Parts: sequence; C-alpha cells; structure tokens
Amino acid sequence: MEFAIASGVGVLVAGGVYLLLRARTFDVILGLTLLSYATNLLIFSSGRAVVGKPPVLREGLQPTLAHYADPLPQALVLTAIVIAFAMTAVTVVVAMRNHADLHSDHVDGHEPGPPGATHGGDPQA
Amino acid sequence: MLTLLLALPFAAALIIALARGAPRRTIAWLAAAAPLLGLAVLAWATPAVMAGQVLSSSAPWIPQAGLLLTLRLDGLAWMFAGLVLGIGALVVMYARYYLSEKDSSPRFFGYLLLFMGAMLGVVLAGNLLLMVVFWELTSISSFLLIGFWTHRQDARQGARMALTITGLGGLALLGGVLLIGRVVGSYELDVVLASGDAIRASAEYPAILALVLAGVFTKSAQFPLHFWLPQAMAAPTPVSAYLHSATMVKAGVFLLARLHPALAGTDLYFYVVASVGAITLLVGAWYAIFQHDLKGLLAYSTISHLGLITLLFGLSTPMAVVAGVFHILNHATFKASLFMSAGIIDHECGTRDMRRLGNLRRYLPWTSALAIVASLAMAGIPLLNGFLSKEMFFAEALDAGERNGFRHAITVAALLYGVFGVAYSLRFVHDTFFGQGPRALPVEPHEPPVWMRVPVAVLVFACLAVGILPALTVEPILRAAVVGTLGPNAPDFSLAVWHGWNLPLAMSIAGVLGGLAFYFLLRRLFTLHDAMLRTWGRHLFQVNLEALFNAAGRFTERVAAGGIRRSLFWMIVLVVLVGAVPFLGKDAELLTGLPDPQPMPLLGWILWAILVISAIATVVWHGKRLTALIVIGATGLMVSVTFALLSAPDLALTQLMVEMVTIALMMMALNYLPKQSKQARTPFRRWRDVAISTVAGLGCAGLAYAMLVRPASPVSGEMLARALPEAYGANVVNVILVDFRGFDTFGEITVFAVAALVVHAMLRFARLKPDEVIPGPPASLPIPADLTQLLFPLALTVSIYLFLRGHNAPGGGFIAGLAIAVPVLIKYVLQGARAVEATLGFDYIRGIALGLVIAAIGGLGSLAFGLPFLTSGHVDLDLPLIGHLPLASALVFDTGVYVVVFAGALLILSTMGTVKRRRLEAEGKA
Repeated sequence: MEFAIASGVGVLVAGGVYLLLRARTFDVILGLTLLSYATNLLIFSSGRAVVGKPPVLREGLQPTLAHYADPLPQALVLTAIVIAFAMTAVTVVVAMRNHADLHSDHVDGHEPGPPGATHGGDPQA
Repeated sequence: MLTLLLALPFAAALIIALARGAPRRTIAWLAAAAPLLGLAVLAWATPAVMAGQVLSSSAPWIPQAGLLLTLRLDGLAWMFAGLVLGIGALVVMYARYYLSEKDSSPRFFGYLLLFMGAMLGVVLAGNLLLMVVFWELTSISSFLLIGFWTHRQDARQGARMALTITGLGGLALLGGVLLIGRVVGSYELDVVLASGDAIRASAEYPAILALVLAGVFTKSAQFPLHFWLPQAMAAPTPVSAYLHSATMVKAGVFLLARLHPALAGTDLYFYVVASVGAITLLVGAWYAIFQHDLKGLLAYSTISHLGLITLLFGLSTPMAVVAGVFHILNHATFKASLFMSAGIIDHECGTRDMRRLGNLRRYLPWTSALAIVASLAMAGIPLLNGFLSKEMFFAEALDAGERNGFRHAITVAALLYGVFGVAYSLRFVHDTFFGQGPRALPVEPHEPPVWMRVPVAVLVFACLAVGILPALTVEPILRAAVVGTLGPNAPDFSLAVWHGWNLPLAMSIAGVLGGLAFYFLLRRLFTLHDAMLRTWGRHLFQVNLEALFNAAGRFTERVAAGGIRRSLFWMIVLVVLVGAVPFLGKDAELLTGLPDPQPMPLLGWILWAILVISAIATVVWHGKRLTALIVIGATGLMVSVTFALLSAPDLALTQLMVEMVTIALMMMALNYLPKQSKQARTPFRRWRDVAISTVAGLGCAGLAYAMLVRPASPVSGEMLARALPEAYGANVVNVILVDFRGFDTFGEITVFAVAALVVHAMLRFARLKPDEVIPGPPASLPIPADLTQLLFPLALTVSIYLFLRGHNAPGGGFIAGLAIAVPVLIKYVLQGARAVEATLGFDYIRGIALGLVIAAIGGLGSLAFGLPFLTSGHVDLDLPLIGHLPLASALVFDTGVYVVVFAGALLILSTMGTVKRRRLEAEGKA
C-alpha cells in the first residue's frame, strides 16, 4: 500500500513539474493543481497509511494513536486544500487578465520572439 | 528627569509634524523650545554632575536580551548634551532665517529635532545596545537631513553615501557591542566600564576593537573612510553646522572617550587609533588647502580636527584624553560658527566658490569680523580656544614615552599639522575677505538679518572667553567631563594661557610662521585657484557601487530576466538538485533497511490505476484544455477517495467540494482563454523537461515511501487525549482547526478572504473578451432548473447539518461553507446571476467581512472570562425538536469560518461567471 501511495505522489509530482515548465498559462495552472494534489497527499501521508481508524472519538475506545489515525496532518491538509482553491482562483484570474490585456496566454506575457529579440515588449506597441 | 530630557526633542518633532500647517515663526519657536527646555533640565542637573555624581534611571525594554532603557548622565554625557542642545538651539535660530520660502520648514525642523533626540540618546544611553539603537537613528536622521533638498542630485548622492558608510559602521559597532556583552555578561555601561581588564584580556579583544573602531572611524570620518563627509556638504548649511561640527561626526570620538576605560591601554589600541588619527589629521589638512568651496575647505578641516582628536585618544595618556575632550569642545564652537558664516556668505553672495569671492570685508563687515576671529581659533592663534588645545596636543606629542620612534613621527605630524592648519585658515580668510573681488556675483552682497549673525556671535564670543579666561570658563566643565571619561584615573590639571617659554610654544610659533610662509609660497609658485585635487575614496566608492549594481543586474538578467519561464526553470532545477542531496549523500540510508509495507486491497489498486492514468492523461492531453480539465477532475476525485480510504473523512469531503468548485472555476476561465494550447516545436526542451520532472517525481516518490514505511512518533497523541476533556469535541481534526490551532485557522481564512477580494478586484473593471460566443439567447434548461429549485433547500439543510455536527463528526465550517457554495453555484449556472442575486440578496464582500468579525468575536469571547484568545467553553443544550445538542464555544469561531468560506467561494465564482454581463451592461450605459 505504501508503494502505491508513494508512486501516486511521484506521478503527480512528475506531471505537475512537467506542466509547470510549459509556456502557456493554463498548462501551468493545471500543473499547479497536480502539484497541490501531490503536496497534500505527501503531507497527509506523514500521518502514515492507516485504514479504518478516522480520528473521530468513539465511546469506549481509548483516545490514543493506536485506535485513531494521526489527526494533525489531516488538519493541516484540510486548510491547505481550501487555500489551494483560493490560490488557483487567483492564478486563473491573473492568467485571464494576462490574456485580455497582453493578447497572449504565454507565461512571460508575450509570444516568444526570434532569438536576440528584446524581452518584455508589448506586442501591440 | 533624564527621560524627559531625552523625550523633549522627539515630542517636539512629533508636534511639528502634526502642526505642519502652522506659520513658519511658530514652527521655529516650537523647534527652539525643545533644546531650550532641555538646557533648563540640564542646568537643573548641573550641581549634582559637578559634584561628581552620576544620575541614572532605568526601565526594562527587552530585558531577556539585556536591552534596558538605562539613561546615565555623568560629566562627559553632560558636556556632550550641553553641546548638542546649546548648538542645537543656535542652529534652529540660524535656520529660521536661512531657509527660503520654498523649503518646507516643518519637515526641516522635524528632521533636525529627530536627529537632536537621536544624538542625545547616544550620549545619554547607559546601555550599549540602547546606544547602538540611537546611533543607527542618527545615521537615518542625518540621511534625511543631508538629502533635505531632494531635488538636487548631489544631495541625494551625498546622503546615500553617508548612510551607506555610517550605516555599515553602525552594523560593525553592533557586532562589537554584542561581543563586549558576551565577554562582560552585561550591556550596562557601568558594568562594561568597570570590566576593562576582562575585555582587554579576552580572546575576542582584537575583534571587539576592530568592530567598535569600524563604527567610530566611519562616523567620525577617519581615513580612508573620510570621503563621505565632503559629499555631505550638499546639505543645507545649518545641517552642516550642526552635524559636521558639534554632533554627528563627534559621535565617533564620543564613543572613543566613552569606552576609553574599557578598550584603551593596549599596544594594539595605541598604534591603530593613533596612526589612523595621525594620517587623517594630515590628509584632511592637506586637502583642505586646495578646496575652492568654502564648505569643502571646512569639511576637510573638520576631518583633520577629528583626526587630531582620534590621535589624542589613541595616545591614551590621561593628559592626552583631557586634550582630546577639550578639543572636542573647542572644535565644536569654532567650526559651527565658521559653517554658519559660510552659510551667510552663500546666502548673501549666491556662491561659496572662493575663486569668485574676495574683499567681502567691505560688504559684510560684521560677518567678516566674526568669521576671521573664528578662523584664527581654527588656526590656533593665542587668546583663542583653539590655541589652548593645540598647545596641549603639542605637549603630548613631545612627551616621548617608551614608544620613541612612533613619538617622533607624531611630533613631526603635529608640526606639519600646525603648518597646514594655519595655511588653510589663511586661505579661508584671505581668499574670502581680503584681496580682490568679488567676481561675477549674481547679487550685490550685504549684511544678513541680525538674528542670523547672533548665533555666530555667541559662538565666537565663547571662543574668545575660553581662549582668554580658560580657568574661569571652561575648566570646571572640562574637569567634570574628564572625571566622567576616566573615572578615578582622571589627572589633576589647570588651564592657563601662558605656560612660560617652552617647546610647545616654540612649535606653535614655528607652525604659524611656517603656515604663513607656506601659504604665500604656494600662491607665488602656482595659481592656487587652478589646483584640482581629486580624492580617491569617493571615486572608488562610486566605482564599487556601480560594479555591485552591474553584477546584480547581470545575475538577474541571467536567471530571471527573459520572463517567468526561465526563472521558474532555474528554481525547479535548484530545488531538484537540493532535494537530490540526501539521496546521493554517502551516509544516506533513506531507502535502505526499511520495514515491510502493508498489504493493499484490490480496491486500492484500482484507485491507484485510475489516479496514475488520469494524471498521465492530463499531461498528455494538456493541449486540449477542456479534455485535460475533465481528466484532472478524475485525478482530484481519486485523491478524495484515497483520503476516505485512509481514515480521513473530513479531508475526503473537503477535497470533493473543492474539486467541484475548482473545475467549475477553470471552465469559466476557459471561456476567456484559448481552448487549445499552442505546442512549441522544440523537442529538445520537451525531453529536457521530461527528464527534470521524472527526476523530481522519483525523488518525491522515494521520499514519500521512505517516510511511509517508517514508524511514526507524532505529537498528536496529546491532541487525541485532550480533544474531549478540554475542547469538548470528538472530531479531532475539527478540534485542531477551531481550537488547538485556531489562531492558525484564523490566519488561513483571512488569506482565503484576501484571495477572494483579489479575484474580485482583478476582474471588476477588466475588459475581457470571451474567446467564443455561442450565437442566440442562452439555452433554457427547464427541468434541471426546477430540480435545483427543489434541491436547494435540501442542500442548505445538509450544509447546516454538516456544520453543526462538525465538532463531533466529519463536517465543520470549511466543509459546510463549500457544501452550500456548490448548490448556489448550480443555481447561478441554471438560473442566471440576476435571478440568484435577486432571490438571495447577498453581498459577498460584506459576507466575508461579517465572517471575519464573527470569527474574531468567537476568539475574543474567551477574554471576557479572563482566558486567552480562542479558549473553548461549552454548554449542553436540550432543545425541543432538535434534541440534545452539545455546543462548544468554538462553534462561534467555526461559524465565522463557515461564512468566510461560503462568501469567499461565491465571490470568486460569481465574479468569474458574470464578467461578460457586467461588461455589456457598462457598455450599454456608456
């Protein structure tokens, strides 16, 4: 089971990094999403893989780690998921404005010119 | 009382800043009130100080770090405080008439008083750390003063240079002080001064000395760091008169005097301080002769005199210290009056260039007389104060002790100094007030307002009084200051104008005659007016600064410029490399000797397969964006199920909700973005990126595996044990969120709120064009719309249920907030924004604020019971119909979370979804 989780994280990271290195904003956003899945899983797995012991206290069970999964990584990841949504929203909006104002969805804000061309120029100018 | 003395200038600065609309007269009076009242306080303390008492007061600031607000007034501090306040008052009076209508007088006096307070802090501080704080404050406030004329480039450059040099010196001083504190065990001045032997004997002594002296030499403009002082002459003249005669540059030599019992007395100290002082003395005097700017000449002369004082403290004999302290006093009086005279000349003639001045005694008889007397004091002519300290210096230089060779060198330096000092004083007097001229002045010079001359007259009168009747005027002050400096080792001395025919007097006479001869010889041999001496320090500073900027620029160009893509690439490469170190290191046992993994159910493998395939498919199809979006949704769903499988129901629920809103969000974004990604035809780049991402993925997988199979020893057992008895909740994850780490959560919902507002702000006035518009009116979907109508109350109930049970079962504010956001989003899609907003009537921005306020109140509520922020209480309610309801006070906080998440999520989604509509409406109105 550990192998499955670890390899899942690995595939998500690899896909995320590859998409992060693409030139188009939307691809980068997809990459960020994959990376955030991977990060959340990685942090979550620091509580180890425990099946069937949710950290919700029940009558008659001693409140120890022998009976419940580690709640701390779960709490950390829970807020991380929500914040990741907010951050995705911000990057998406930036990408939209980028596209609308600069007429390019390239991450650098302009289409790559021929080698030696000056950077940062507005294609409209 | 000492606190009051220190607080006066700061209070006055604050009042002036607040009353900046007041007339210039009032502002000037306010500014003058601070030093005048301060002098009154000082006068009150005088009898005690003269009797040898040390007044002090102390209050803790950061006692853990040894930083106390200790103020201490002994003879030395008293003398310096008198200088700072006395000359400060005169400078305020002078500046009142010097500043033109265009200069902002509240700003000027505000800065000046700030500086005055900082300087007072330096001299009054009885704690070395406190002194460093004020020391830095003098650097900063002098930066503001030197750069007061912000429209002038030389002022800006001079201010920057002064700040760089003195700021770096201040940093070195802080290091030295910290080392002293480590050796002595305290930063209190009394303790430090009493443990001189321990400091000198410690292994850190050379480092302490080097660092403290770096601070002293930068502040007091000692060679080779002297070059900032002439550049600082771009300041308004009252600033120069104050900073570069009496205060700022004297802070360095003050520190030498202050720490004399703690640091002086070793060979290292003697040779370093005395030789730096001697070199500065000669370099300053030599360059002063060849300046053409009045203030430039005075600046180099100041450097030279500071060198003299440093040299005297370096010689370290008790009488040399007496002479050093005495010269501080004398130099402050005559140099301040000379700067003010130079300011008057500049003010009246429109230039300070000595090549264009001359014969001014015809036009400005009073000013000329005063300035001539002051320059004679600078030259060290008998019956003026400069003479007395110069005699003492000569006597000390001649007093050959055991270090014979060095003493001879000092004697020669002293004689040369006598010659140069007379020569540049003569140049100042002769070129300005005698001879021919003035040439090509823009205005006809005439005497300035009488109140501009009064401060000069007061100072010149002091020069004369000290010079003629030293025993009656200055001797008690000097005695108190020397006792304050040296403590029990203070020598007995008496000041007299006439000591009989002796060697120092012969040297003085030789110096005056030599100076006269030298000056007229120079004039005879070549035209002094054409001489141009360039100094290297300033040039090197500029060159180095430029090189630094260029290097930084090139680095940025290499790494970051050329766009985000390149910098992102380098960032990832760097992270991968750093991450690889533990795997490659020699003693890395990250992946060896691991325990066996747990077995995996078949369902797990199916999940795994879907997850991996959909992740890969996302990458493969990323060019077709809609497809990629659907596939990535599957990945998110699998992550959610993984959470559910691995005992994390809260996470599974959250991930599920977030997945829905995220996908919806991105679909809306696609409306304004191209549907396809352009694929660059660069196989090299693609394979390079594949390689990097494979390495990154393998690394993360290895890390995750190594972590997963190791036994854990977490701290969270404590949290499980305490959840029910202390936080009254059975759902430990929720308890952590709203109680144990509630403050953290408060920060996170704030971030969420800010992100939502950012989205709103970015899109509110954006002019976005949809990529593609489907012709015709929106297709109506009656059946789903009706279904939503039915589903909505149900969803609302589920959400409230999830929320209420959150503390004891999976649920809570985050999940419930998203759970209500999703059905509202569906309503938006099916019924249109207008209809939804009409029925709900909900302002999301206000909602976010409301949620944050509720969360804050929930946290603050515990304060009413005398408990810390976010402490839980709880009640059990038995309500009719609903039944038994255990309520923890954290529920209020969770309500805040609920509202923020709901309102934030909907603000984001509704803003995204209604861009087009608002744009069209705006156009319709226009």
